[in-house]
Amino acid sequence: MLEIKNLHVELEEEGKQILKGVDLTVEAGKVHAIMGPNGSGKSTLSYVLSGRDGYEVTDGKATLDGEGLLDMEPEERAAAGLFLAFQYPVEIPGVGNMTFLRTALNAQRKARGEEEMSAADFLKMVRAKAKDLKIDADMLKRPVNVGFSGGEKKRNEILQMAMLEPKMCILDETDSGLDVDAMKLVAQGVNALRDEGRGFLVITHYQRLLDHIKPDVVHIMANGRIVKTGGPELALEVENNGYADILAEVA
Amino acid sequence: MAVAQAKPDATEDRLAVLTLPEGGWSESARADALARVRAMGLPKRRDEYWKYTRPDTLVQPIAPVAASFVNDEVLMFDVVDRLKVVFVDGVFDPVASDDLSMEGVTIERLAEFGGADIHWARDIYGALETRGQDPVLRPLAALNTAFATDGLLINVHGTPSRPICLVYHHGDESSDAILHHVVKVDSGAEVTLLETGPAAARFNKCMELEIADGGTLHHVRTQGRDHERRAATHIFARLGTESVFKTFTLTVNGVLTRNEVVVELTGDDAVAHVAGACVGDGDFHHDDTVFITHDAVNCESRQVFKKVLRNGATGVFQGKILVKDGAQKTDGYQISQSLLLDDDSQFLAKPELEIYADDVACSHGSTSGAIDEEALFYLRSRGVPAGEATDLLTLAFLAEAVEEIENEALAADIVDRLSGWLNRRR
Repeated sequence: MLEIKNLHVELEEEGKQILKGVDLTVEAGKVHAIMGPNGSGKSTLSYVLSGRDGYEVTDGKATLDGEGLLDMEPEERAAAGLFLAFQYPVEIPGVGNMTFLRTALNAQRKARGEEEMSAADFLKMVRAKAKDLKIDADMLKRPVNVGFSGGEKKRNEILQMAMLEPKMCILDETDSGLDVDAMKLVAQGVNALRDEGRGFLVITHYQRLLDHIKPDVVHIMANGRIVKTGGPELALEVENNGYADILAEVA
Repeated sequence: MAVAQAKPDATEDRLAVLTLPEGGWSESARADALARVRAMGLPKRRDEYWKYTRPDTLVQPIAPVAASFVNDEVLMFDVVDRLKVVFVDGVFDPVASDDLSMEGVTIERLAEFGGADIHWARDIYGALETRGQDPVLRPLAALNTAFATDGLLINVHGTPSRPICLVYHHGDESSDAILHHVVKVDSGAEVTLLETGPAAARFNKCMELEIADGGTLHHVRTQGRDHERRAATHIFARLGTESVFKTFTLTVNGVLTRNEVVVELTGDDAVAHVAGACVGDGDFHHDDTVFITHDAVNCESRQVFKKVLRNGATGVFQGKILVKDGAQKTDGYQISQSLLLDDDSQFLAKPELEIYADDVACSHGSTSGAIDEEALFYLRSRGVPAGEATDLLTLAFLAEAVEEIENEALAADIVDRLSGWLNRRR
């Protein structure tokens, strides 16, 4: 599904190299986790894949179902089925959450040559999905993420994911800023979306989230590369011993 | 474009092409206004209050040519049932206008009733305008009082069932219209007044509003889609105890617009909200000049102005809150913001507070900014194309001003026009 080959990326302004040859393949139906110390390039990877400005790809490629992602506009990547759950969801004063969701959903449908969803169908869908995530009518009416707590913002990300039904979901430190209960709720939301046809890439510092979203494969990232890949047990190793042992081992 | 010389007789040159209407109750007010115009002179570039807006084309004897912009859009405010009064290039159109009679209000024309000997409007015509000349001179308003050819005299004594809608069509490319309206809202009465259209190649409009104790006036106007038209408008409002005045203006296009609003809160617990949204592309200069005087206890005033500017468009805001000695418990709020969609556009703001009472809450702010790149990326990452996402954020920016309109159908109509404007410019 998602294939990343030899990806080299630097910061446009400073010319500083962040990713130094990332190779990664996420298959449909699988959950891959990326762990790694601060500054290893995890978030950069998620931004480059979703098309954020400020990064320059100097080598390598990334494809989603064989389609090259890196030359696409962010909205084209979204329409192709890529979704990034932000580490820091953005507040948008003046744009209602419902308007936002409906505009996004219909824009993607339009881009794929599908019919727009009727207001009634949309309402029915959003109400059902919001209920599962304990998102009330008030949160749906408010401007996007404005005045939301950390937990509410992350639940709102998962709601968007549930509504847009992407093929490939990237979760960028979705656990940051969440208490245990909020994390469980978010994890439930993600697990409900696990599907044979859908891939997940879960970026996290801690093993904790992976107790709730069980990964199939765990990668350790350091200094702009994937340095080790293993099963779920690798996450436990990190939890118990920190990154130092693994980094020393691969050095 | 012709540029007027800054010669000392620019005022006389302008007066020479105008005819002073004679006779009737308004005669003395007109003569008085003419004397004031001569005394103060028409605006010049070096005048403090014309620092950011060139008055030349508003003052020169002959109006600069402005093509009438024809479009097939549904008429503004068609969403509400309203009593229409139509002016074409400043001339009343009896065929296109509705019957002027309606329960709760009397509507008369200045051109017809200005000649009568006695009329209720006599106490207001030119009087509020004169009060509004202190401390800032507004010569174009005095010129209007002297030379207005027509306008409406509206006395609201009840609660009319429909809004009164003034429709200003522009046909002749060199029309130069001067209209003067007087609105008196009696104690406890309530009305909605709508205005729409460019009116003329050059439009000088003055509106004097006397709102008695407990009276309410909602005012919503749009200034048409003409690209080349010029307008200088004044609103002078005097508010009594517990009265409410809410005004909103949408300006889309127009090479030059100067909208002045002068509000005097003279009775306790009165409320005045003055708001505006404008969107300009290219050869567009829009100036909002507001002066609100608090001269009573526990009054509230809000000024909310939002401007979207691109391709070298210019926005100006000069807003003042004056709190007089004794006007305790004043709640004054003023915000003026611009969204600059490129580096060529500019926003010039002069917010002013002058406070002589010690128990007041006044806040003011002014900002200029670009589209929030973070928000734009967030929207795009969810599949919203860049153009549509920019429009969404632009409408969100304008929302605070549009929300000042209480009537939801009118507000939705305004949002539709703004969406249309943005859509055409993608």
